[in-house]
Amino acid sequence: MRARQEISSLKNMRRLVPIIIGLFLLGLPLFASQFVNYLMLTFFAYAITVIGFNLLFGYTGLLSFGHALFMTVGAYTAAFLTGKFSVLYMEVILVVAVIISSILAALIGAICVRYIKIYFAMLTLAFGMLFYTFLLKFYYLTGGDEGMRVLRPYLLGFNLSGIPKMEFLTGSYYFYTLAILAILTFAMWKIVSSPFGLCLKAIRDNPEKAEYLGVSVRKYRWYAFIISGAYAAVGGALLAPAVGQVDPGLTYWTHSGTLVFMTLLGGFENFFGPLVGGIVYIFLQDKIMSLTAYWRFIFGGILAFIVIAAPGGIAGVISSLAKRGKS
Amino acid sequence: MNEEKGKIILSARDLRKYYGEFCALDGVSFQINEGEFVSIIGPNGAGKTTLINVLTGLLTPNTGKVSYKDREITGIGPEKLSKLGLARSFQLVNIFPNFSVLEFLMVAIVSRLGKGKNFYSSLLRDQEVTGEALEVAQLFGLDEKKDVLTKNLPQGDKKMLDVASAFALHPEVILLDEPTSGVSTSDKNKIMETLVSASKKIGIKSIIQVEHDMDIVFSYSDRIIALHQGKILADGAPETIEKDEEVVCTVLGQKECFKIFSSILNRES
Repeated sequence: MRARQEISSLKNMRRLVPIIIGLFLLGLPLFASQFVNYLMLTFFAYAITVIGFNLLFGYTGLLSFGHALFMTVGAYTAAFLTGKFSVLYMEVILVVAVIISSILAALIGAICVRYIKIYFAMLTLAFGMLFYTFLLKFYYLTGGDEGMRVLRPYLLGFNLSGIPKMEFLTGSYYFYTLAILAILTFAMWKIVSSPFGLCLKAIRDNPEKAEYLGVSVRKYRWYAFIISGAYAAVGGALLAPAVGQVDPGLTYWTHSGTLVFMTLLGGFENFFGPLVGGIVYIFLQDKIMSLTAYWRFIFGGILAFIVIAAPGGIAGVISSLAKRGKS
Repeated sequence: MNEEKGKIILSARDLRKYYGEFCALDGVSFQINEGEFVSIIGPNGAGKTTLINVLTGLLTPNTGKVSYKDREITGIGPEKLSKLGLARSFQLVNIFPNFSVLEFLMVAIVSRLGKGKNFYSSLLRDQEVTGEALEVAQLFGLDEKKDVLTKNLPQGDKKMLDVASAFALHPEVILLDEPTSGVSTSDKNKIMETLVSASKKIGIKSIIQVEHDMDIVFSYSDRIIALHQGKILADGAPETIEKDEEVVCTVLGQKECFKIFSSILNRES
């Protein structure tokens, strides 16, 4: 009886954690510095991207090495719409980004999901670099390596151009992005705990057996590819106004590598792992970059350490510590 | 499977399959009727698993055709096959290691009920799916281990779960590739009893199994197909196969040969 009570209280605790974190993030601008809030804003954009990325990687078992492509599609959508078409409504930008990235992901995915493992990774990498070259060479359209400016969008129809830039970003834009992150995290939670999510995990664990149980492996991989592409585009579209500028470097393969790194750092086997990885990455990068120009060297060491010593990432370490604490 | 023998449900016509120069199936033809329990026997390398792989569409034969209920299904692939009503289990344990027993069975049920494209509703709150998964688990005596991760199950239970997941698809024809291999002799009969009673409850029309254990083969089959070097050596009721010297000695090997003949002699004396 007592054990059962303890379990149910543990379950309630688990439910409380996201609410507590949500409240903390809502209250953060009250006491944290503007700079910390700005870093948090970038984290929110990356968080949306990696949570989508992990549907493909952690849940379906497909490692994309070109996922920054879709983030870039979102970011350039924001740049084109605000800069060239004077469409400033953020909601319109997000919807257009989702539509364009879904179409592109459907086309690229249709080719990529025919392959798995290293072939899938290389093929996605190739598409990412193809897009990079496109952005670089078609400079009449894209501004080449100089990229494009992104104007300040309207949020929920409100024109907020009167507010100083940093106040806008760490104020209303912060909350706007946080709200979208919350909605999309909840939606992803629903996806992974749905029958569809179960089929994806089955494909990850054993595609041959899944197929014999009537799961259309290729089709489901394709759906996962499209969903994760759309998530990345939302992340990119939200990141662009925060940075104020987009350039082809966004789709360079090292940027895709960053997404992989964040996910591995936090732990791809845990739903919240990529989020943990994202926040640690962004703050760690900021700290280490201010200390040394060789930050990539240090990050390389960290990555090697994780792969060898803690393949479950930070979330894996935490959950194994929690299990040890219980027993 | 003592129902009335019905019409032809699965037929293979002149199947040939080459692996390079090696001919694994050399003109195999047979028909399976509704209500039959058929065992495929033969020494190692006779082509039994290749035959199952061709019948279930995993491999495309070089020549020949497979039909299921008057529909050609040669090489259509496992996913479509499962939707038509043909399921299989594997010789080597084939599981989703990180799934619990119940989740494993739910994959089959989600796919049978066509709920795989449901992105939004909670799986665990779906009474239909969880209820049916639990029913199948009970049928195979796995209900007490429903929350155990499959990778932590003992070998026999893994095997059972693989078979159970094929049954959970409610197929009309099921192909079992050595359902009792790697299981202790004492458990073999228990597994077979479970299989037969489960297939009656679910309404499976025909069972085709590959099996090495001759006690099992002769006590459960309505019909035996003996393969040797990719060819059908004999096809008939257990009573006729048992008396076929060539089959007994080439297919079953000398030990079995001796065992069976001595049992026949004992019976006659």
